[in-house]
Amino acid sequence: MAKKNGSTQGKGDVDISPDMLKEMYKDMLFYRRFEETVHRAYTKGKFAGFCHLHIGQEAVCVGVQKAIRKSDYMISGYRSHTQAIAKGIPAEKVMAELFGKSGGAVMGKGGSMHMFSNELRFLGGHGIVGGQVPLAAGAGFAIKYRKEDDVCICYLGDAASNQGQFFEALNMAATWKLPVIFVIENNRYGMGTDIHRTTSVDHLWKRALAFDMEHSQIDGMNVLSVYSHFRSLVADMRKTQRPHLCEIMTYRYRGHSVSDPGNYRTKEEVAEYQEKDPILQLAAHLKANKIAKDSDLEAWDEEAKSKAKAAEDWADQSPDADLSLTFEHNLAN
Amino acid sequence: MARLMPMPKLSDTMEEGAIAKWLKKVGDKISEGDPLAEIETDKATMEYEATESGFILKFVVDAGGKAKVGGPIAVLGDKKDETFDLNALMAAAPTPAGGHKAPAKPAASAPAAASAPAAAQASAPAVAPASFGGRVKASPLAKKMAKDRGVDLSRVSGSGPNGRVIMKDVTNAPAGGGGGGFFASGSQPDQVIRVTMMRQTIAKRLLAGKNDAPHFYLTRSFDMTRVNSWREQLNAGWDPKSGAAKVSVNDIIMFICAQALKKHPMVNASWQGETITQYGSVHLAMAVALPEGLVTPVIRNCDRLMPKQIAAQTKDMASKAKAGKLTNEEFSGGTFTISNLGMMGIEEFTAIINPPQAAILAVGATIPTPVVDASGAVVVKPMMKVTMSCDHRVVDGMVGAQFLQTLATYMEEPLAIFVG
Amino acid sequence: MAVIQFREALNQAMLEEMQRDPTVFLMGEEVAQYDGAYKVSKGLLAKFGPERVIDSPISEGGFAGLGVGAAMCGLRPIIEMMTWNFGIQGFDQIINHAAKMLYMSAGQFPIPMVFRGPNGAAHMLGAQHSQFMEPMLTNVPGLKVIAPATPYDGKGLLKSAIRDNNPVIFMEREIMYAEKGEVPEEEYLIPIGVGDIKREGTDITIIAWSRMVGYCLQAADILASEGINAEVLDPRTLQPLDEDLIFASVRKTHRALVVEESWPFASVGSEICDRIQRHCFDDLDSPVHRISGAHSSMPYNEKMEEMVLPSVEKIVRAAKEACYAI
Repeated sequence: MAKKNGSTQGKGDVDISPDMLKEMYKDMLFYRRFEETVHRAYTKGKFAGFCHLHIGQEAVCVGVQKAIRKSDYMISGYRSHTQAIAKGIPAEKVMAELFGKSGGAVMGKGGSMHMFSNELRFLGGHGIVGGQVPLAAGAGFAIKYRKEDDVCICYLGDAASNQGQFFEALNMAATWKLPVIFVIENNRYGMGTDIHRTTSVDHLWKRALAFDMEHSQIDGMNVLSVYSHFRSLVADMRKTQRPHLCEIMTYRYRGHSVSDPGNYRTKEEVAEYQEKDPILQLAAHLKANKIAKDSDLEAWDEEAKSKAKAAEDWADQSPDADLSLTFEHNLAN
Repeated sequence: MARLMPMPKLSDTMEEGAIAKWLKKVGDKISEGDPLAEIETDKATMEYEATESGFILKFVVDAGGKAKVGGPIAVLGDKKDETFDLNALMAAAPTPAGGHKAPAKPAASAPAAASAPAAAQASAPAVAPASFGGRVKASPLAKKMAKDRGVDLSRVSGSGPNGRVIMKDVTNAPAGGGGGGFFASGSQPDQVIRVTMMRQTIAKRLLAGKNDAPHFYLTRSFDMTRVNSWREQLNAGWDPKSGAAKVSVNDIIMFICAQALKKHPMVNASWQGETITQYGSVHLAMAVALPEGLVTPVIRNCDRLMPKQIAAQTKDMASKAKAGKLTNEEFSGGTFTISNLGMMGIEEFTAIINPPQAAILAVGATIPTPVVDASGAVVVKPMMKVTMSCDHRVVDGMVGAQFLQTLATYMEEPLAIFVG
Repeated sequence: MAVIQFREALNQAMLEEMQRDPTVFLMGEEVAQYDGAYKVSKGLLAKFGPERVIDSPISEGGFAGLGVGAAMCGLRPIIEMMTWNFGIQGFDQIINHAAKMLYMSAGQFPIPMVFRGPNGAAHMLGAQHSQFMEPMLTNVPGLKVIAPATPYDGKGLLKSAIRDNNPVIFMEREIMYAEKGEVPEEEYLIPIGVGDIKREGTDITIIAWSRMVGYCLQAADILASEGINAEVLDPRTLQPLDEDLIFASVRKTHRALVVEESWPFASVGSEICDRIQRHCFDDLDSPVHRISGAHSSMPYNEKMEEMVLPSVEKIVRAAKEACYAI
């Protein structure tokens, strides 16, 4: 079975149009400003409970999203605000959901970890680490059952790949050839534990070897690498329906969640990754290729900030959740 | 414009924070994103970055100080030397931990509200059972039926465990007697009560006993002082938890009676038509009242038992009788009967002889009574009356009187029994 | 009317529903080529092919979750647990995912699927193969739980379960798969949440499900010879419970006995007892009685196993106590 291995740095970006490059930049920037706004809102006490931010990992969700189509399925764990927005759930509805408002993506009944959209085929938002992986296999199963050529993107964290259900799902996907791309966003830490302290392999793509599954490892701080890699993965999968495990090396600047000061890593380490910031990388690329000037970048940043603020304002205005729905949706009719 | 900077919420469970260290000084200019302070939360010490730009005018909370989430920790201004009125700012500030705050726990009653409609008012019926005799144990259904029928629960004998009144007890109870009120509302219809086999048998026997035996009656009073103090001695050190029977006055009376009967065998006898049988043993029957009728279980060889042994047996017999668990054997072979209504305050009464026995002793209440003692003074003594009914075919007046004489001796000085 | 085995009745249910609705598929260990560990799925692979009748790896968590994911994407899975003892491996997916998906998504993702398999004790199978899981699963909001006692009930309820748009836990008994009963030739459905009076009576209501229904009917015959006329009520569905049927019966007979095989603490029986005492208090002539399996792991030895489980004799004795006839 053919195996893909190694990272792709900026390969294939020749056929990414300047317009798409600008879109990617603006999307990543908006997601960054959105998550920062979310964090500020949390510290101001506007909402409570859990909150896991995607800051630093924007290139992953933008690169993947640009490579798929609307009918493809997507499922994720709990670090999924930006993925939900990328899939098409309006940012203000995500913010309103965080605030527990009736205008929220799931009417205030889910919160940060449970964004859903049946129409957009965003299958959640899940709180059990690794629990979403068999669900993704199920989506792949349904695609194949109906003889369609969609794919399912399954995001999971590095530490989630130690959960038993992960192995069970990959085994079934490989045995039955289910069209699922298992995307391990390796930001190196499960909560506060360096992944290497709890994992016997040095690279997580090696997990695929246990199933003779195709696999790859790429740099997740470069959106163009992510995009071009996934564009070809998805194209292949629509034809062969063979599942794939892709380990994306990325980094989160903030703690595991808002309660986590991140003392398990050094400031130097964080600073080192910040130099690889995906937004700065793309900015450099845009300037180098004369697609954008500093003044454009500043203007787009202002736009991103005001879009994020607009989402927050909309969420503020949304009425509180409809309490008459508290006991609804336990059983379907 | 000067404004207050609040203590940020840095963890999902944080309610209060302490400033471990300020990283800026009063008068410093800060930009959004500048590290401002190290704040200690419930979980960890975290670096807090400024969320807005401005000049630090004042620290409201110094290093080492605490504030609730949302409470002011510093004053920010747009200009370095801006003046401000701290009191006015504080007065205008919203109270910390107000506003948008998720409730700590969901209302525990909410699920209960959504479940089955409020439990029916299934608490105690509006009318408590009449309390003549204290609390009545009854099944909920029995209580409801009693209320509906105007039956006084305290007058219904319960056949369930621990005397619980159950449905069939109420169904079989005579109506009337009124519940919860002195006067029964309206008049009651006549109740036709089925006669049980047991009652039929008792009726036949007593009728035969009364008719066949020519009854005559002897009455005598006893000073129960010695018996009472003997009883106290016997019960000193009685432990209710041991399950042992407490000796009652009636147990002692039975002991004394049995001893007296040994000395007067003609009273412990039976008319057999051609012959009279003088029984060789004393098997004392004791009358026990049950709702179904009077039963007389027998304490066999009572003349060979001491009071504590008699007490154990009478306790056992009484509870078996109440539970309907007496065997035929336990009913039969009695040679003499004692019936005691003293606990009901009856001073004296005449009982019907239990055939084929020749006599029955009816015991009344012990009543403090003024009597004249040997010196002619009036003193108060605990006096008890007994009335013996005798079958004149077997027992003559003198024989009966002599028996009662012995009984009196023994009652008023129990030691006499042991002297012989 | 045909007289068929329980396993055949369940087989017919699945076959008819798979014929009727092409989105229904069956997945589990040994369900396809082996015809099912207990032959419940016999012939289905031959009829519907390997795309719709799928042998899974031994990965209860994995394939339970795969079923949930497929249900989210428009299919109607039947997931077989070889026994519910192994089903425990799948509890994360059943409880954290299937049961909650509709709620978390505020109604966007119903999960129309059935988790089915044999529950509870059979004969001398030991501690890990004799467990009753209905107390744990009836406790979870978002699940329906069914435990049929006869082939007739089994077929009608399995068809309804497959058509229901919620995750349904369907609890069979391996020790009853060979029992026979009458099943109509024409199609029929039994609604979920509706109980059944298996024997009418006047003196006491005995409530039981699954295997205990048969035991209670035997006990009722013995009680009848002693002058006690027992009503045997089979709820059939445990969640939601047909409490109206139960209350009407107890209000008529004034005495209730619940008979179950599971461990007693926080069991289905304890829930039924609570509801009866709350709603029928004034109509009760004696406390609500209950017989459960003992609070013990299951021993292997046959006599020991009998000590742990209810028996006809224990049921008769408890019924007499409830009627003050002991």
